[in-house]
Amino acid sequence: MIDATLVELSRLQFALTAMYHFLFVPLTLGLSFMIAIMESVYVMTGRTIWRDMTKFWGLLFGINFAMGVATGIVMEFQFGTNWAYYSHYVGDVFGAPLAIEGLMAFFLEATLVGLFFFGWDKLGKVQHLAVTWLVALGSNLSALWILIANGWMQNPVGAVFNPDTMRMEVTNFAEVIFNPVAQAKFVHTVAAGYVTGAMFVLSISAFYLLRKRHVALAKRSLTVAASFGLAAALSVVVLGDESGYALTDNQKMKLAMIEGMWHTEEAPAPFTIFGIPDRDAQETHYELRVPWMMGLIATRSFTKEIPGILELVALSEMHIRDGLVAYDALETLKEDSDNPQAREAFLQNQQYLGYALMLKRYVEDPRDATDEQIISAVQDSLPNVFALFWSFRFMVAFGFYFILLFGTAFYLCSLRRQMPRWFLRVALLSLPLPWIAAELGWLVAEYGRQPWVIEGVLPTFLGVSSIGLSNILISLAGFMVLYTVLAVIEIRLMVKYIRQGPEEDSAEKPATADRPSPAFDNIQA
Amino acid sequence: MLFDYEVLRLIWWALLGVLLVAFAITDGFDMGVAALLPAVARTDGQRRQVINTVGPVWEGNQVWFILGGGAIFAAWPALYAVSFSGFYLAMFLILSALIIRPVAFKFRSKREEPAWRARWDAALCFSGVVPALIFGVAVGNVLQGVPFHFDSSLRPFYTGSFFGLLNPFALLCGVVSLSMLVLHGATWLQIKADGEPAARARAYGKLAALVVIVLFAIGGIWVSQMDGYRIMTDMNPEGPSNPLRKEVVLEAGRWLANFRDYPLLWLVPLAGFAGALLALLGLQTQRGALSFIGSKLSVAAIITTVGAAMFPVILPSSTQPGHSLTVWDSSSSHYTLGVMLFSTALLLPIVLLYTAWVYKVLWGKVSEHDVSKDMY
Repeated sequence: MIDATLVELSRLQFALTAMYHFLFVPLTLGLSFMIAIMESVYVMTGRTIWRDMTKFWGLLFGINFAMGVATGIVMEFQFGTNWAYYSHYVGDVFGAPLAIEGLMAFFLEATLVGLFFFGWDKLGKVQHLAVTWLVALGSNLSALWILIANGWMQNPVGAVFNPDTMRMEVTNFAEVIFNPVAQAKFVHTVAAGYVTGAMFVLSISAFYLLRKRHVALAKRSLTVAASFGLAAALSVVVLGDESGYALTDNQKMKLAMIEGMWHTEEAPAPFTIFGIPDRDAQETHYELRVPWMMGLIATRSFTKEIPGILELVALSEMHIRDGLVAYDALETLKEDSDNPQAREAFLQNQQYLGYALMLKRYVEDPRDATDEQIISAVQDSLPNVFALFWSFRFMVAFGFYFILLFGTAFYLCSLRRQMPRWFLRVALLSLPLPWIAAELGWLVAEYGRQPWVIEGVLPTFLGVSSIGLSNILISLAGFMVLYTVLAVIEIRLMVKYIRQGPEEDSAEKPATADRPSPAFDNIQA
Repeated sequence: MLFDYEVLRLIWWALLGVLLVAFAITDGFDMGVAALLPAVARTDGQRRQVINTVGPVWEGNQVWFILGGGAIFAAWPALYAVSFSGFYLAMFLILSALIIRPVAFKFRSKREEPAWRARWDAALCFSGVVPALIFGVAVGNVLQGVPFHFDSSLRPFYTGSFFGLLNPFALLCGVVSLSMLVLHGATWLQIKADGEPAARARAYGKLAALVVIVLFAIGGIWVSQMDGYRIMTDMNPEGPSNPLRKEVVLEAGRWLANFRDYPLLWLVPLAGFAGALLALLGLQTQRGALSFIGSKLSVAAIITTVGAAMFPVILPSSTQPGHSLTVWDSSSSHYTLGVMLFSTALLLPIVLLYTAWVYKVLWGKVSEHDVSKDMY
């Protein structure tokens, strides 16, 4: 039987390293495009202030990018180190998008990002601009491929289990790539990245305007941030809705939990704005509901029903019993791989094999499970409703706030007057919000997928590597120490360079006397 | 499907080698340079000079490692699962080094304080030495067999320990790997740097070349005596990827069988020696291109020698030899291998094209007085 502590610690390590990595990714996605836009203006107009802007935001981009690269390496290998059975079970499907991500995206951004920083004197203006755009393209392509991989975890299309190799194998790559969940996730995630980039530029520009420093540069940056941010905030909400739409076909449970909707409601279902979901009582207290809204958002119809949590839980008991037939047939096939009855029985029930595997938490051989154990496994299909319910609501509230904030910024920019100080303060204080929203989104998507690592196919606890507890304790402690130290260093460097501000052609700072040689005057600043 | 399953498995075995070699040749000199940093560069100006010889390119080079991970996952999922979970703490050390490295490059020269810079220099050196050493130690363990087995659901179990990895033969391989990459870093510095750092790199490089030659020879003799793994079952190269359906025995000297059957293969280890000698000659006569080609050849040939000796075994199991992973029973499905080959054939030439362009733009030596704006 698999050690429950090992599973919990492995999940904790994955969650920590993934969420930490995801602090840097959204900013890379957004800032790379904004820098490319600024440099485009420089190349088109020839005004050097736009080059200074490109270099200044590029410097901050570089600090963030290094952290993204450093923490991303871990992700590529962690499936193998900590989720070895997962890697064996789905590597045939899941590995391909990761490899293509390396070939198509990582090479592009990583090879050219060096030229972005080192190539100002070595490349023509247009050549350098092309490099900048390709870096932005590379980072966005990497989001595409990793979300194709992730989308398959949420909605495993185009693959079946092969009893000869004891794993999932691809039957149709086009289905994996054009998985509607993956596509919806991609646009929603990159749009969230653009909002993050825009907020970063908006807040820091607001900081300079409040201090009356680098005004020309800050005003232009703020204008770029306002327009880019407004477009991004509108897409992130609209396309987030699109992602909810995709949920209805394959992630009904997640939707029902987000909604705190215990029972199937008559269509069109209402949307609960406020409530306290209670897992033990299996109801949501103090509900405040808007009639019809959920049904319209999720099904785009007045008549389609959305199943409730308890109805879905009841379904999973049926699936477990069908899955046991598949499991039994598979055990026969292990000994006698050509047995025709077993092949037939397996083919009939293979889609529920994963549900039988849920029982492995309680019993070595699922066929020996008692009725109580089956009921326990059924209960496992119900994760923490309260956390998902509220994570989702905060994320959506932030989304609407971003539209309001960038909308106001856009309107104020269009007046071409001085920005009011209250707005600049609000913009500065809003800096952390996109990161919080992005992490909440990650929580809704990945925590909401539990207890599955591959929805309906492989339970999370089963995917773990069979390693000793001391190993995971050492690595978990190691990552925590390393990541904390790096976070402190990163933030201090960011603050140092933001305080120091951009280096502008018109306002060169005088060199200080105590420096050793002219070579050290211009440490990339 | 354009290719048979057998052909695709062979191609992906070869591509696995190509990726490892490409990683060792490109990121290898970055690691060598990082390992040499405290030794060849004494002043801060020299340190920055040395760091900036690889500054614009190490990031792209590192992608070969990430791609290697992705490609093993996609094409050899069982290998990905068994090796990375088995070598867990070793892998953690490598990952720590590779987490520290990007940050060290980027952050080192962002503050003036000498203590700040000294700490990052030490971190950079660590990030060069540790992976170079561990990669060799891992290969040394693979040659001897790794204690793992599967249950009937193909869940892998590793029964060794971290300190078990540090046996004499594996440590020898670790030193070969480290000195090979130090040599490669030194030949790179001879081309890209000038002044004192280049002169010191030449001295260290010559030493490293001699170590490579001597230890690679000792390693070869050692391998000729140790137990290799022989597959007794007549395997179907088109069969399903299930590593439980064969019999494997241990046999002394078995790792030389491929060389006995195909004597032309001896050219591969010979090229390993020849490359190191060329590099030595080039360093002695201060011919940069010659020494760099020599160290590249040496790195490629030493890695290829291991693959050629073990084929068709990829990862032997010392506790359950029958569960060893081979080319014929641990790959992805026929379909996935085909799709992955198509993607690689489409994308890799483009990657090589723009990588070559970047190296062309950055052509030329980096001197101490060039190090200024926009640099590490």
